[in-house]
This record gives sequence, structure tokens and C-alpha cells, in this order.
Amino acid sequence: MPEFTLWDIVYNLLLAARWTVLLSLVAFVVGGVVALLLLLVRTAGSRWASRLVRGYVELFQGTPLLMQLFILFFGLPLIGIDVSPWIAAMLGLTLFTSAFLTEIWRGCVESVNKGQWEASATLGMNFTQQMRYIILPQALRIGIAPTVGFSVQVVKGTAVTSIIGFVELTKAGSMISNATYAPFTVYGCVAVLYFVICYPLSLYARRLEGKLHNVSR
Amino acid sequence: MAYQFDFGAILPHWKLLLDGVVLTTELAAIGAVAGVGLGILGAWARSARTPVISQIVGIYVELIRNTPFLVQLFFIFFGLPAVGIKLSEFQAASLAMIINLGAYSTEIVRAGIQAIPQGQIEAAQSLAMNRVQVFRYIIIRPALKKIWPALSSQVVIVMLGSSVCSQIAAEELTFAANYIQGMNFRAFEVYFVTTGMYLVMSIVLRQILKIFGNFLFERRHHA
Amino acid sequence: MSLVELHAIHKSFGAVQVLKGIDLKIDEGQVIALIGRSGSGKSTLLRTINGLETIDDGTIMVAGKKVGDHDTDLLDLRLNVGMVFQQFNLFPHYTALENVMLSPQVVKKQSKSEARAIAEEMLVKVGLADKMTHYPDQLSGGQQQRVAIARALAMKPRVLLCDEVTSALDPELVNEVLAVVRQLAEEGMTLVMVTHEMRFAREVCDTLVFMHHGRIHEKGAPEAVFANPKTPELANFVGGLAG
Repeated sequence: MPEFTLWDIVYNLLLAARWTVLLSLVAFVVGGVVALLLLLVRTAGSRWASRLVRGYVELFQGTPLLMQLFILFFGLPLIGIDVSPWIAAMLGLTLFTSAFLTEIWRGCVESVNKGQWEASATLGMNFTQQMRYIILPQALRIGIAPTVGFSVQVVKGTAVTSIIGFVELTKAGSMISNATYAPFTVYGCVAVLYFVICYPLSLYARRLEGKLHNVSR
Repeated sequence: MAYQFDFGAILPHWKLLLDGVVLTTELAAIGAVAGVGLGILGAWARSARTPVISQIVGIYVELIRNTPFLVQLFFIFFGLPAVGIKLSEFQAASLAMIINLGAYSTEIVRAGIQAIPQGQIEAAQSLAMNRVQVFRYIIIRPALKKIWPALSSQVVIVMLGSSVCSQIAAEELTFAANYIQGMNFRAFEVYFVTTGMYLVMSIVLRQILKIFGNFLFERRHHA
Repeated sequence: MSLVELHAIHKSFGAVQVLKGIDLKIDEGQVIALIGRSGSGKSTLLRTINGLETIDDGTIMVAGKKVGDHDTDLLDLRLNVGMVFQQFNLFPHYTALENVMLSPQVVKKQSKSEARAIAEEMLVKVGLADKMTHYPDQLSGGQQQRVAIARALAMKPRVLLCDEVTSALDPELVNEVLAVVRQLAEEGMTLVMVTHEMRFAREVCDTLVFMHHGRIHEKGAPEAVFANPKTPELANFVGGLAG
């Protein structure tokens, strides 16, 4: 049996952590774009379209991420689309992210004073102009802290993709743990690596939040 | 040939799914009660005078909030036996949920406590109440009332998160689903139905928490 | 021996010295008004008497006992000294009656029926017999403040501190609260109040204390103080009120 040093463990975990970071980035960016589109439909679309988006959000917020991944991973092949764990993970996490961001940003748009809509309407602006010049800039200011805060949830969510066989940090941890018989050390290291990725994001989110409160006071 | 859906293939296994629902409910209940309790204690410790205790609680909160639940679960179930702490699947899953929800609710409850006006505390002090009495009679109920919606959401998130406990073979709902699809190879149908069951559970749980909140913070009109 | 004796009280907030050596004796049955401009330290002084502000230097004696740093000292102090606040600070999750009953029950360990009897007596005294089961947000400001007075009285304090108890009230609600305070004074309750109601202070109090820049500048019977201010600061203050 080969001997594993602590450095071997950490090195291999670091290699796998690249996939965690990449998956998080893709899910966050693409999910953000999807969320923006959904948000427009939610606020400006017809009643049934808006209701559809609400259902979408509630579906993703009301079911486990693991189930969402399972359905994609096992369901897509049934309609003739073969998916690798990587594709399923990316797709699943992107949808998951888009639902949560839609909800977070909707809250931000709604928290913009109603008088702002009315005032801009009296100035003859149409919906697009109102959004573009009046509402979104204000919502963005309110929304940035919770958005950064949610990115931590995305990074942590990637761990669940290990269960459908995508080899990221957690999956690599399981494999190394099985090979080394040192679960305490390995999972400890895995946790530390996640912490190293997530904690700066949490701190940044908190600082943004503090700044926002000071400005509005 | 197109795939033939066969949801009927799940029917014979309904008892397994039901057992899974029961265990998921048990995990959620244990996690919610003990986790929120831990959160109240944590919030109390965070606002207490002793800086050392406050900092220790702060480290606990940050560690848990910045690592995945699945990794916490693996660490407890696979890692802790190495230092002599051997837990059953159910014990490990319960403990992970309590610790996880405890950290989140510490932060949520703390926010509620900070929102209590200073005048409330001063009024209670001027009536000769000590710190414990002020916390118990004046602070905690209005604080909980204020953050009840946020706390409820977190409980639902943790309940849904319990699905990964299947990975340490805790026999909750997802474990049952995995087991059934291993027998009938109807993965899509099984997971589709299971997802629906989780959705119903989260809606029901949300309602229960709402009703419980109303009961807890309701004004009792005794003439 | 006086009921409350303050000696050389000093208090700073950061670099700002708010109290610069206060000596004051409060006798049983005395009714004292602390007057002065905002920022003169009168509210801070009142709060130190209840231990809501720690003091940097000096001593506070209540009923012959020196108040130290221990929690038990603070308990002793607060059992003797009640307080009513500008913002009422009623507990929103309790009814008027529960607000008044709470502390006698949990601090003094009175039985529920005992606490209830006293609470009802106090609420009747402040004229709120018909509002006992109302929650604070169902009461007007004046009613809330009267509940707050009843709440303090139910602890049977030997001194009651009133910190601008009418300042947060709409003008038409001021009198109902002042009437209660006046009644307490007539019954012989020891009162120390910070107030801007000069006419009321003149009628009800036996001693006026004029504070200026963290010091007691003048002190005496109301008539004397108002009629013959000895210092330009007080003359200025009194003149400002008239004009």
C-alpha cells in the first residue's frame, strides 16, 4: 500500500477543487443571466407567464438539489440526450442558481420605493426605460450584498454533484479517503478548502451589507 | 424506440417510500427543535459579556456556514470514528442537522435580538430584572417573532438538505428512492415521484411553521 | 439621613464630560425637578441614579447603602428606585396588566394573585381600570405612559425617577399624565423628574435644580429660583422660557 503524505492529500484535493471553482463560476454566471431573464418575465410578463416563473422558483426552492440533479441525470437520457455527470451537474446547478437569484432580485426590485415607478411614469418613461434608468440601478445597489452572499450557497451546492459522480472536491475527498483510510484528515482538509473558498465571499457580502446600511442612514 | 414511462412500477414499493418520509420527518423535527434551541443559546452567548465564549460561538457559526452540509456529514460519520466517536447513521445525520441549523439560527436569532430597542432592555433593568430575566421575559419572544419567517425558511432548507443523508445510508426518503430504483431500474419515475413528495413536504412544513408561529406569538385575549 | 445621596458624581462619554461632580441629597417625600438646557446632563444624572449609566467617579448611596459594582447592589438599588421613560418602553408582547404584573412576579417572586391585586390597584390609581387587557399598541401615548407609571409603582419603590415623561406626547395628552404625577406628589411619593414643563414644576415641586454644563448651577425653592435667579445662566434660561 502506498504511503500518502498530508501534502499528497492536499495536492490532489487542490486539483479537484479547480472543478468546484469552475462549476461554481459557470452556474453562477449562467444562472445569473437566466435569472435576469426570468426576473423580467416575472415583473413585466403576462399574468400566466409571471405565474409560471413563480412556479419555477417554488419548484426549485421546494425540492432538494440532489433530486433536481437525479432527475436531470436519469431523465435526460430518456429523451435521447446523453449527459455526463459534468453536464448534468452544470445544468442542474445553473437552474438551481437561477431560481434562487430570481427570487432574491425580485425582492430587491420590489423594495425600490413604489413612488419611483410612479415618478418615472409621469416623466413619460416606458417600462424598459424605467427599469434601465430608475429601478435596476437602485435594485442593484440593494441586491449586490445578498447576491454575493448567495454565491456561497452555490459553492456549497457543488458538493452535492459528487453524488451523481462528478469528481469535484467532495468526490475527490471520498476517493482519497477510501484509498488512505484517513477520513478524519481528508474530510478535515476538504472542509478547510471549502472554507478557504467561501469565507472571503461571506466576509465580502457582510462588508457590502454594512456599507449599504451606512449609506442609507 | 421511445422510452415507455411506467409510474406504476413504483406502486409496489409505497411502503418503503412511506418509511422514508417518516424518517425524513423525524430528522427534520429533531434538527428543527434542537437546532433552533442551539441557535437561541448561541445567540445568547454571542450577545453575552464574555468575549471568549462569544468568539468561540462565532468561529463555530463561520465554520459551519462556509462548508457544505455533505462534508460536515461525512466528517461526522466517517471522520469522527478515527478519534473514537462512533455514531449510527441516524445519530450522525441528526447531529449534522442540529449542528448545521444551529449555526444558521444563531445568526438569524442574533439579528432578531439586535433589533430589540435598547429602551426595552433599560425599562426591564429599571424594574430590577437581571440579565437572564431580561432575556427570557423581554427579549426572546419579540426577537423570535421578528425573525420567524427567516427561521422557517432555514428549517425548510435544512429539511430538504437532509436528502444527502442517503449517502451515509441513513434510511430517509432519498435512500428509499435509491433503493427502489436499484430494484426496478425506473430511476426517472422514482426520482420524479420522490421530488413531488419533497415538494409536498416542504409546503406542509412551511404551513406548520406558520401556524405554530401564529400560535406562539398570538395575543391571548383573556378578559 | 437622606434617602438618596449623590456625592461627586463624574461621568464622561468618550472625551465629553457630561457630569462634572454632582452632589445632591434627596429626602423622603421630596419632589425635585431637574431643569436646564438639553445637553446639560440632567437626563444622564437621572439615569445614573438608576444604574443605567455607570459612573466614572463618586458615590451613590441609597437608603444608607453604598451602591457598588456588583449585580446584587444594582438589584438593591433598583428595588428602591423606579423609573419612567420618555418613550414609555412598555413591553409590546404583554397586556397593560401583564406589563405591571411581570416584575413583581419574576423579581419579587410574588404569587400571581398577589401581583395581580397590586397591578390592578395601580392601574386603577392611574385611571386605566378599563384598559387592563389592552396591548400597548392599542393604547394612546398618554395611556401608555400611565401604564408605565403603574408598572414602576407596582414594585413599591421609595423614589420614582421621571425622565421627560411628557416629551413624547401629543399636547392634548400631556395633562392626563401630569395629573397622575401631581397626585403622586400630593400623596407624599419621593419624585425626581427631568422636565420641560416649567409651570408644572413650579406648582408641584418643592425643589428646583438647575443644571448647566454638567454641574448643579443653582438650587432652591421654585418661587425663589424663578423670581430671583442668582446667576446669569439661570436668568437667561428662565428668560428664554418666557420669551
